[in-house]
Order: sequence, then structure tokens, then C-alpha cells
Amino acid sequence: MTADRESGEHRRATHPHVAFDRLIPSDVREIEPIVEEVTRECRELALSARQCALNVPVALTEALSNAILRGNRGIRDKHVRVRAVVSDSALVLEVADEGAGFDLDACTVDPTRPESLEREDGRGLFLMRALMDRVERYEADERNVVRLTLHRS
Amino acid sequence: MSFSIKKQGEICVVDVEGQLIVGNRQELKQKVLDELEKGEKKFLIDFSQTGYIDSSGLGVLVSLSKKIREQGGELRLANLNDDLKTLFELTKLDTLFQIADTRERALESF
Repeated sequence: MTADRESGEHRRATHPHVAFDRLIPSDVREIEPIVEEVTRECRELALSARQCALNVPVALTEALSNAILRGNRGIRDKHVRVRAVVSDSALVLEVADEGAGFDLDACTVDPTRPESLEREDGRGLFLMRALMDRVERYEADERNVVRLTLHRS
Repeated sequence: MSFSIKKQGEICVVDVEGQLIVGNRQELKQKVLDELEKGEKKFLIDFSQTGYIDSSGLGVLVSLSKKIREQGGELRLANLNDDLKTLFELTKLDTLFQIADTRERALESF
């Protein structure tokens, strides 16, 4: 076991706890610093290197991008809330926007079909679902929430 | 995060430093399109210093690939780390692009 891993073990959550909770304006420039912060937390909480380098940053970027550009239609005064809850077994990310919501299954397309391969869009939800163990959408407090669950590997 | 373009012989080599995501993809697209407009035909995008790419970054690569091809040009990608390779495999974009393990091999492949 590496030193990093050992120090990470000390911060492993025994009970689910909120590791991150932030409200950001609807501006795509907000995405990268937030993703970096959440990913740093994940490293300290001993998620695997691959989860910290691929699954978490890409899936969270997709969720934030959807919330800012589609949910809140890029209106800066509308906000997106990002929460990360960590436990011994999993990371749960919640991204809430002020939009009307959407049908997760109906909006997810398969970009790997030959006729879709050269499309510029349509990979966001697909990647989110491929990189997370579970993706759910629901409404809470008049907000549209996308919840991403990733089990520790 | 930044993009730099250098000429190596007749090939435009683009280095992507940092992430290629929704917040900066247009900058990459515009830089490459500017070179294409100047008459450049051969492009290599090197990802050796890239962290991750999101769906909009992948979309820009698809768009550039089409535009370069339409102008009779060629695009190669190089130096994808294992995480980036996974992204290309998941989306099957590894079948759309010519991807080399190293910059040298990509340059030789034109």
C-alpha cells in the first residue's frame, strides 16, 4: 500500500457525510475549478486513481454542463448546487438546477451507432451513465436533481 | 489550460495542455479552423499533457475531423493516456480517428 493510499485511508468516511456542498452561477467557466475541487476531495478520500482521473471528472463535468446550459439555459443568475456525499462504499454526487427536468431514458442516445458516430453532440448522458454505477434524475424543492453514484473500486 | 500550435515540416502540431471541455473547446476549434483557412492540410493533436476530455470536447474533435477531411486534409491524434483511450473506446471514436501511441509515430503516418 502506498503512502498516499495510507493517508487516504485515514480520511475514509465511516458514515456517509457531505464532503462538498457549493452553489455556483450558471457559467461554464465555473465547471473546471469545481471539478478539480471535488476530484481533490475524492483523492483524499481514497477513491481509486482511475475514478479520480476519469469517472468523476468526466461524469461531473457532463452533469454540470447539462445543468448550466440546458437546465438553467446559461442564465447566470440561476444557480446550480453541487453536493458530494461520501461513505465507505460509494461516492454520491448531486447536481441540482432550476430547470424543468428531463426524461433521462428518452434523452440518452447511443452515440456508438454507425449513423451517430459523426454527430458532434449526444454523448453527454451516455458517458455519464457509462462512467457511473447509477444515474438518477428526480425533483426536489422545485429543483431538478441528477444524482450520480459511483461505488469504490 | 491552453492550446499551442507549432509547425513541424508541413504538419500543424497542436498541444492540448489541461482539459478539453465545454469551457474551452471553441478556442481549440477556432485555432485549428484558422490554420485550415490559411491552407494548412495536415494536423496532429497531441494529448500528452491532457487530463480529461468531456463530450463537448469529443464533439469538437469530430467536427474538426469532418472539416479537415472536407478540405482534403488529414487529422491524427497522439499520446492518449489509458483514461482517454477508454473514453474513445466507450464512444467508439477510436474507430473514427487515426490514433498513434507517440507523436513520432503520428508524424510518420502522414
